[in-house]
Amino acid sequence: MAKKIYSTYPMVKYLRKEALPTALCPGCGGGTVLNAFANAIDGLKIDPRDLVVVSGIGCSAWIASPYFLADTLHTTHGRAIAFATGVKVGLPDKKVVVISGDGDLASIGGNHLLHAARRNIDITVILVNNFIYGMTGGQVAPTTPFGAITTTSPYRNIEHPLQISETVAAAGASYVARWTTAHVYQLIESIKKALQVKGFSLVEVVSQCPVQFGRRNKMKEPAEMLHWFLKNSVPISKAKDMSPEELEGKFIIGEFVNRKRPEYVDEINKLIDEVQGSFGLRGD
Amino acid sequence: MRYPFPTGKNDFIQGNEAIARAAILAGCRFYAGYPITPASEIFEAMALYMPLVDGVSIQMEDEIGSIAAIIGASWAGAKAMTATSGPGFSLMQENLGYAVMTETPIVVVNMMRGGPSTGQPTLPAQGDIMQSIWGTHGDHMLIVLSPSTVQEAFDFTIRAFNLAEKYRTPVVLLGDAEIAHMRERVYIPHPDDVEVINRKLPESEEEHKLPFGDPHGDGIPPMPIFGRGYRTYVTGLTHDEIGHPKTVEAEIHERLIKRIYGKILGHREDIISYEEFELEDADVAIVSTGIVSRSAIRAVKMLREKGVKAGLLKLHTVWPFDFDMIEELAERVRKIYVPEMNLGQLYHLVKEGADGKAEVELIPKIGGEVHTPMEIAEKVVG
Ligand SMILES: Cc1ncc(C[n+]2csc(CCOP(=O)(O)OP(=O)(O)O)c2C)c(N)n1
Ligand code: SF4
Ligand SMILES: [Mg+2]
Repeated sequence: MAKKIYSTYPMVKYLRKEALPTALCPGCGGGTVLNAFANAIDGLKIDPRDLVVVSGIGCSAWIASPYFLADTLHTTHGRAIAFATGVKVGLPDKKVVVISGDGDLASIGGNHLLHAARRNIDITVILVNNFIYGMTGGQVAPTTPFGAITTTSPYRNIEHPLQISETVAAAGASYVARWTTAHVYQLIESIKKALQVKGFSLVEVVSQCPVQFGRRNKMKEPAEMLHWFLKNSVPISKAKDMSPEELEGKFIIGEFVNRKRPEYVDEINKLIDEVQGSFGLRGD
Repeated sequence: MRYPFPTGKNDFIQGNEAIARAAILAGCRFYAGYPITPASEIFEAMALYMPLVDGVSIQMEDEIGSIAAIIGASWAGAKAMTATSGPGFSLMQENLGYAVMTETPIVVVNMMRGGPSTGQPTLPAQGDIMQSIWGTHGDHMLIVLSPSTVQEAFDFTIRAFNLAEKYRTPVVLLGDAEIAHMRERVYIPHPDDVEVINRKLPESEEEHKLPFGDPHGDGIPPMPIFGRGYRTYVTGLTHDEIGHPKTVEAEIHERLIKRIYGKILGHREDIISYEEFELEDADVAIVSTGIVSRSAIRAVKMLREKGVKAGLLKLHTVWPFDFDMIEELAERVRKIYVPEMNLGQLYHLVKEGADGKAEVELIPKIGGEVHTPMEIAEKVVG
């Protein structure tokens, strides 16, 4: 049964067939993200040989590695962007993409996320925000909604979630967008844009973890979570006119920034030229 | 290639400066760091030199990011280094293990200062010997080199890169605040006279397919670096020869870890290096590494003048450790002394090697001063 699905799925050429079927739970949003990413690569006609995908640790980190057939670096928890920084500087002509979770990139790895955005290094980050530490069994995350139930906030979450896209936009990224797994076409378009933008780009994908988040928060079916996303999504243009109270519990979707800013690897090359020129080292 | 410093001649420079120059001559073109005493001058020199040799020096947000970035750069094909001291070295441990598990050539310099914690930032110590060997979790194997002079800091840095490339492994260069900041005469060779070893890349179809296998029977798989179309899967999870995660199969884990041990331990003779002073007829021996060896050499001379048949075994590699050599030494001498700037680390390795064949006595010293030759000699005469 499963084998048949892979053979007719047009994106299967981008996947490591021997690693399938994926270890993701049925109904997990991770599959949608993988599909959207593969479609974006396909749409842009990027040769996967010109792609390096880096991930951290978590269910979302597995979306890219092992499933995506490219050079993939499955790293340590939280550190994917720092590893990707070395990869990008070493291979400036390749597309370097990080795909990982909210806990991975925004909690333990939050500092790398901020500083890569500040440096505006040409890396694309696809951050899968499922509001939870999925892989480790549903513990509270820095993105968990206020009041939600998790295994380490069994009564209710008394902390407020980090607004990842807003924070990364403020830190200096060239491109930032947020969509949910219920906005697949917009998501694909944004991933395409992010891949083409010169500079740091973040696509935050609000995604369902029915098993560890939904189940404990009255949304045990994946479809219930998708309805929740659709019902509470507010386009950024509309959100501008809404008060913080009105925006409580909403998902602001759309492009937060899309701007030209000096990119880090370009700046390195400029510096090398400048310094070598001034020391008379150029041209021999 | 023009180098931004004089080559083929002597210079009078700090240990940190020597390490930076050696790294560049060894082919290092990516440096990532985070400021810390007493290692910052390595970073500052790299920041100055790298753009002049088409290299990159980047200040990361912390030491975890620094080691992560150099591992990423190494997979991108660059020779890469970071340098730090105790607090930063502690932060690097998780990713040091990642480099072991993914067989990534990198050089990590740890200029030891007094610890634990922030300790004595400006003063030398040898409290990280065991950490450099066993700091990261799990069964693992890597190489640790320890210089005692600025010239050795230079030479061992080149060797660290060559060993890292040859054995596809992280190498730790274990210096200290004294070596870091001391100025000495160093011979900087002409680039043509520097032996530079580069990692093997896969050549055959079979080698491409087994980036974590053993196609040559020496335990060292060629490295399918990124961007060349290999589409390699690299993970810190236990993986099979292809690189795919296999996290519950005992045989696969055992095969992988034993190969990683074996590729280092099976080449001990190539890796382990040491020097002997007056050991042929000695009936007491001193075993030391790093900065203390300087005082130990002097102590041997003083003891010989007094008619005591003392000798020194000065270890250049701290790990892997030649337990057999120590046993042979223990069979020849009455007693072995181990002076070190901690409360006993190398001592335990020597004791294990001696295996009861000779008495082993620790000469510990902490607080930030190197043992004087007299302190060592006095212990030996009793
Ligand atoms: C240093 C470290 N701490 C903790 C863990 C355990 N751990 C594995 S995955 C994970 C959480 C991942 O959460 P997230 O990034 O949100 O991914 P998800 O599983 O939700 O997709 C944690 C804490 C680890 N692997 N390493
Ligand atoms: S635990 Fe949640 S995030 Fe992980 S695979 Fe299952 S549904 Fe997806
Ligand atoms: Mg998560």
